Amino acid sequence: MAGELEFERPVVELKKKIAELKEFTKTADVDLSSEIEKLEARLGKLETDIYENMKPWDRVQIARHPARPTTLDYISNLFEDFFECHGDRAFGDDEAIVGGIAKFRGLPVTVIGHQRGKDTKENIRRNFGMPHPEGYRKALRLMKQADKFRRPIICFIDTKGAYPGKAAEERGQSEAIAKNLFEMASLRVPVICIVIGEGGSGGALALGVGNHIHMLENSTYSVISPEGAAAILWKDATQAKKAAESMRITAPDLKELGVVDEIIEEVKGGAHKDVKVQAAEIGEVLSQSLKNLMVLSEEQLIDHRYNKFKSIGEYSFLKEFIGVK
Amino acid sequence: MLKDIFTKTKKKKYATIPSETAKQDVPEGIMTKCPNCKKIMYTKELVKNLKVCFHCQYHHTMNSKERLASFLDADSFEEINANMISENPLNFPDYIEKLEKDREKTKINEAVVTGTGTVNGQKIAVAVMDSTFRMGSMGSVVGEKITRAIEKADELGIPFIIFTASGGARMQEGVLSLMQMAKTSVALKRFSDNGGLIISIMTHPTTGGVSASFASLGDYNLAEPGALIGFAGRRIIEQTIREELPEDFQTAEFLLKHGQLDAVIPRTELKEKISAILSIHQPGGDFQWQEN
Repeated sequence: MAGELEFERPVVELKKKIAELKEFTKTADVDLSSEIEKLEARLGKLETDIYENMKPWDRVQIARHPARPTTLDYISNLFEDFFECHGDRAFGDDEAIVGGIAKFRGLPVTVIGHQRGKDTKENIRRNFGMPHPEGYRKALRLMKQADKFRRPIICFIDTKGAYPGKAAEERGQSEAIAKNLFEMASLRVPVICIVIGEGGSGGALALGVGNHIHMLENSTYSVISPEGAAAILWKDATQAKKAAESMRITAPDLKELGVVDEIIEEVKGGAHKDVKVQAAEIGEVLSQSLKNLMVLSEEQLIDHRYNKFKSIGEYSFLKEFIGVK
Repeated sequence: MLKDIFTKTKKKKYATIPSETAKQDVPEGIMTKCPNCKKIMYTKELVKNLKVCFHCQYHHTMNSKERLASFLDADSFEEINANMISENPLNFPDYIEKLEKDREKTKINEAVVTGTGTVNGQKIAVAVMDSTFRMGSMGSVVGEKITRAIEKADELGIPFIIFTASGGARMQEGVLSLMQMAKTSVALKRFSDNGGLIISIMTHPTTGGVSASFASLGDYNLAEPGALIGFAGRRIIEQTIREELPEDFQTAEFLLKHGQLDAVIPRTELKEKISAILSIHQPGGDFQWQEN
């Protein structure tokens, strides 16, 4: 099987063995069906063991899987009549972010998301899903349009981060991200964000100021990549595995930290094993989310978003004063 | 060989943080050596000049206490939330110890000091980040204190002024640090929609998550000369695009040239310039708006 990950190798090997045995019984004259049954039972147990006890680093591998479904995969499986809109009306069209209008089960919506490529050629076109300022400005343009026509906004988050390049800095990468955080605060429509792969730092957050934030079970969301954290903390990027554990970047971690609303269950072994089933799973959560938010007034939606972010963070107060004076 | 010596000295030196040995060149306290032009001057005189070098105009780092003294009217500062301190939400090893050490060293409780004060008599809410505390990095406390200062400005109907100095989000608080970018920006938007005036003054350094949130969200975005301002680190960009970057890359002047700032203002003129901006936001003159 192509694209297997290291931690799932025992499963893959056992599957291969079972297939071989089955092939063998077809031609040979021996009955191995009880053997095969035993092995299949073992496979079931092994799969449960491995896929239900995934370490943070295993999840990082799944989140980065080259075959992992992207924004456009989910758009084609979840929405009807998608019409893609291009360009920020100021500089250019950044294909690392896609966006447009569509219908979700009949409801008009605006959909926006980071877009990775699946092969080298597409990745070059999409800049590996790492946006420039014009990508964020296109996203904001579409959000304001959604606000005007009172369409809920659905954002798919899937990026290693905003692109660290010379041109990006010149055109105001910081300002573009900051402006999105600022403007998303006062959108009068429901904003639902779903992390489908990697949620890399500010570049991810620029599409992430939502009323609800959901995460696929094997996606990650972090302030810095595990490699980056390891390089800074221990001056050694190869310690990424250790960093992935201590940074608490998986969906269950974020749920516990009060950032994420719902964890969307994944197909066993990861979303790439069956995009249709995965899309349906997302559809259910999205549908419930919309139902919960669409009862709120414009003002209530803005307050809801304010309170959501105001409540994130941990701090306490010292009894005695030590500060400046 | 002799020629080499001359060309070497002619070569422009980079302005960097002085090494430990360079710091020890001058006895601590009385004299200060400018890390940029290497000239030595009396510390007292330098402080009187708001820590701007007499010879090369290099802006030395100011901590929050010095900044407040240089900018606000004397005795006008009233601090809020001074006692707020960080927790260790990720149980990150050594984090609490590092915070305690910095508290001891800086005599402040976190990397931002917030409150209210007056600038030439005009009342403002102010937040001053302090790069001497954990590089001014933003965790839950920094985000919460800034948010509360914005809410204070909103409540009192006064302008909000922020001096930024930060290496970015604080890694030890992981994604909670990242979310402070959203928290502060959402608060600024509400304040702005209520008509609030926001002035951001970016000082050295303003990078990462801080530059990509409140630092860039002023009605007026200003910076001190020579300040490093940018989203991604220089080294990361060089590794990514595999080319050398211009020397002035990500300086205040570079940002001004690329349309990212309203003005670069020397520290010695900052108080008067901001006072003028504040005053332009007050009603005045012999003209009357037609009330409808």
